[in-house]
Amino acid sequence: MSERVELAHNAVGRAVPTMVNGRPQIPFLGVGKFQPRGRKATTPIRSNKDYPDSGDKRVPDLETALRKCGLRDGMVISSHHHLRDGDKVALMALETAAKIGVKDLLWFPSASFPSQKGAIELMERGVIHHIEGSMNGPLGDYCTQGKMRGMGVLRSHGGRYQAIQDGEVHIDIAVIAAPTADSFGNADGSHGKSACGSLGFAFADSTYADSVIVVTDNLVPFPCVPWQIQGNNVDHVVEIESIGDPAKIVSGTTQITRSPDRLRIAEFVARFLREAGIMKNGFSFQAGAGGIALAFVQYLKQMMKEDGVKARFVRGGSTKFLVELLQEGLTDYILDGQTFDLDGVKSMANDPRHVATSPFTSYNYHGKGNFASLVDAVVLGATEVDVHFNANVVTHSDGRLLHGIGGWQNCLFSACSILALPSFRDRIPVIVDEVTTLTGPGEMVDVIVTERGIAINPRRPDLLDAVKNSKLPIRPIQDIKADVEKICGGKPNRPKLGDRPCAVVKWVDGTVLDTVWQVG
Amino acid sequence: MSGAVETSPRSTEAGHWGKEIRSDVHVAFEVRDGGGIEITLESRVAPYYGNAILEQARGVLDELGVKHARVSIHDEGALPFVIAARIEAAVRRAGMALGKRSLPMQHPLPAPSAKDRLRRSRLYLPGSEPKYYINAALHTPDAVILDLEDSVHRAEKDAARTLVRNTLRAVDFGPCERMVRINQLPLGLEDLADVVGESPDLILMPKVEDPQQVMEVDRMIGELKARQGIIRPVWIMPILESALGIENAFPIAAATENVAALTIGLEDYTADMGVVKTPEGRESQYARSRVVNAARAAGVQAIDSVFGDVADMDGLRRWGEASRAMGFEGMGCIHPGQIRVVHEAFAPTAPEIEKAQKIVAAFEDAQKKGLAVVSLGSKMIDPPVVQRALKLVERAKAMGVIS
Repeated sequence: MSERVELAHNAVGRAVPTMVNGRPQIPFLGVGKFQPRGRKATTPIRSNKDYPDSGDKRVPDLETALRKCGLRDGMVISSHHHLRDGDKVALMALETAAKIGVKDLLWFPSASFPSQKGAIELMERGVIHHIEGSMNGPLGDYCTQGKMRGMGVLRSHGGRYQAIQDGEVHIDIAVIAAPTADSFGNADGSHGKSACGSLGFAFADSTYADSVIVVTDNLVPFPCVPWQIQGNNVDHVVEIESIGDPAKIVSGTTQITRSPDRLRIAEFVARFLREAGIMKNGFSFQAGAGGIALAFVQYLKQMMKEDGVKARFVRGGSTKFLVELLQEGLTDYILDGQTFDLDGVKSMANDPRHVATSPFTSYNYHGKGNFASLVDAVVLGATEVDVHFNANVVTHSDGRLLHGIGGWQNCLFSACSILALPSFRDRIPVIVDEVTTLTGPGEMVDVIVTERGIAINPRRPDLLDAVKNSKLPIRPIQDIKADVEKICGGKPNRPKLGDRPCAVVKWVDGTVLDTVWQVG
Repeated sequence: MSGAVETSPRSTEAGHWGKEIRSDVHVAFEVRDGGGIEITLESRVAPYYGNAILEQARGVLDELGVKHARVSIHDEGALPFVIAARIEAAVRRAGMALGKRSLPMQHPLPAPSAKDRLRRSRLYLPGSEPKYYINAALHTPDAVILDLEDSVHRAEKDAARTLVRNTLRAVDFGPCERMVRINQLPLGLEDLADVVGESPDLILMPKVEDPQQVMEVDRMIGELKARQGIIRPVWIMPILESALGIENAFPIAAATENVAALTIGLEDYTADMGVVKTPEGRESQYARSRVVNAARAAGVQAIDSVFGDVADMDGLRRWGEASRAMGFEGMGCIHPGQIRVVHEAFAPTAPEIEKAQKIVAAFEDAQKKGLAVVSLGSKMIDPPVVQRALKLVERAKAMGVIS
């Protein structure tokens, strides 16, 4: 990275680099303000005649596959996180590339996980130049300590699709881990010993990469049904012993929080949906797999039963708790982006009403609409929020990388976006004057629910009006913040951040929303 | 100590730290002969409050009269009132700070507690677990109990006392009644000396067997209040936990007019009786009835024990409903999740409320007409029935069951 980085102030006053990894950037202009033009990226022409008539695209190993794809220095290699912390394939591909002897790769994962910390050594050895994708744990620290040669680029799931479609990132080789596949390259995630549910994160890569490799540990005779990845997009199929550690791919059981404070938050969220009139026949919601979100589903379920209300669809990450809603007739469909536990995987495999979706259907900015904005309410977390309802989901309050963006930014487009979080953690206030790293602009956040009360964004007078006669503790966000500062012993010091950018946070449209600065 | 003259250690410690610890702090304290105060701090909140913690620590040491010491603070996100308590405990363990205290900023006291206030639920908070305090009131128990007795290890009694004192002073418990369970006498008297100055609303006395014990505590509270100019009431709730305690239930309940309620501890009682404690509680039916009767006879509230299985909400509800039917007005909670169920179990039922409201209306009507006799339809209502109806309607309002 060049030592001198030019900065510009974007529409929300954040200083952001104007060049990232050699590509010029557009500073964030405001929600819905950026109007990209031109034509989408595309792939080179391929022809049937170059592929075997038998449809058998198997090669002996990953090294052969990578060589056949023409792997060379500086290429972009993509991988996907549907096997989560259990994934073995991404690191295997990168290590194989190291063995082949190439340098300066751009690793473009849909998300990275702590078990992939081996990538640090590959960066040290020059095999990987930098990572564009979520980084946390050891990889996050490596990035925020300024050790990576390039700048990290954090994108939402939808933003990743957008970056691929508009050509900002051109994938040379996509390596897709498949729990089940046939020799033609059709692949499915909901069956096999390493079953994970949906393969949606790999969908863009399968259609836009120059070369596509499917790696499986459960090869079935053609056809692999259902196929979430179409073999017609696949160049090579590699069979290996194991693509991942099943224990870390999905959890056997998903745990609801037992913390009384968090249960209180979850119940407030459910009551809010009920009392604001959002919970009504035919409604829809999305909730993640965090402790509060899971508990929220249980409270809401009880209220739906009491009021005789049924949802049209719910959006996953699915867990056994969403599956129960489906089985008990409280929702017609689960539209599922990723699957967190065994009940979710089984349900997707066996129940046609449990549908695998991808960032294309759900989040993509360059789609002709997407599902996220059709959802009536979404319940999300955050590490920090500020009095302007801005939220941070990527860094700790001290500036170290903590999470990827995931679908979080995209979900903010729901008709009612709710952040459910404790007002402070230990002694660290969660409601602050200004978030450390802006990940979601305040105009996109409608409601903040804490154990000390519910703050509704003044930009949503309709919601304020809807609950004005309820017994819920609706309070101005400044009041909750004042309570927290009193408890914690005054305003916290602002962490000292460096002046060197080590990563950028993209908004869903590809503009630069904020900068992650080097720490320590 | 092998007969040698007892000297205070020069190195002491107080509090807790470690991966599993939250909202507490560990303080290692070492007296030295010169060189002033030297503090080292390791804290998970250092970027935000590191300076504030160091400044606070210096202030506390100064107030306690410590001039020369090495202090090592290992903080796990403790709030200021906890930090102060842990430093003070470490200093005291070194035999210093005699007659001195370092009190945290005071939260305004809630209104004094009425003798017959609503006491459906009381949430137990262990006296050495500060992480539970700050959000306790959010779960809306009628009372919180800061416990110095069974939940605190023998070696931690002194530190817990200081922590509970600071907690009473600094933590906002909202409308909850602030109770403290002291240790058995004579240790309990030392507890009183530390906590009464912070105006707890009620003192729970464990394992009471004799009215003299209650009188002794009452006398001590009276003296401490007089010395510190406290005029608001500090009520007493004796806990009967043995066969002898149960036999003396009435004289204990009537020992002083400051007894506001009488309760029973079933773990110790069943152990004393040599019987197995069951979720149905048949083995303690007699003792609990005796408590209710004695309490009524003495004009105080009868309060039930706790229900030990925090996962069994149906069992808790059954227990609570049966308990109310026996004449108890509330019970203890060992988890916030129990509070709502307990409140529902101790609420009057809809038919009860409806009937009581009719009687109250008839009573008001009779008052208006200047009639001495209250009648409802063709039936005459006896004065005790009218009184009970008035009380039930008033309680139902206080519980928020009716408006």
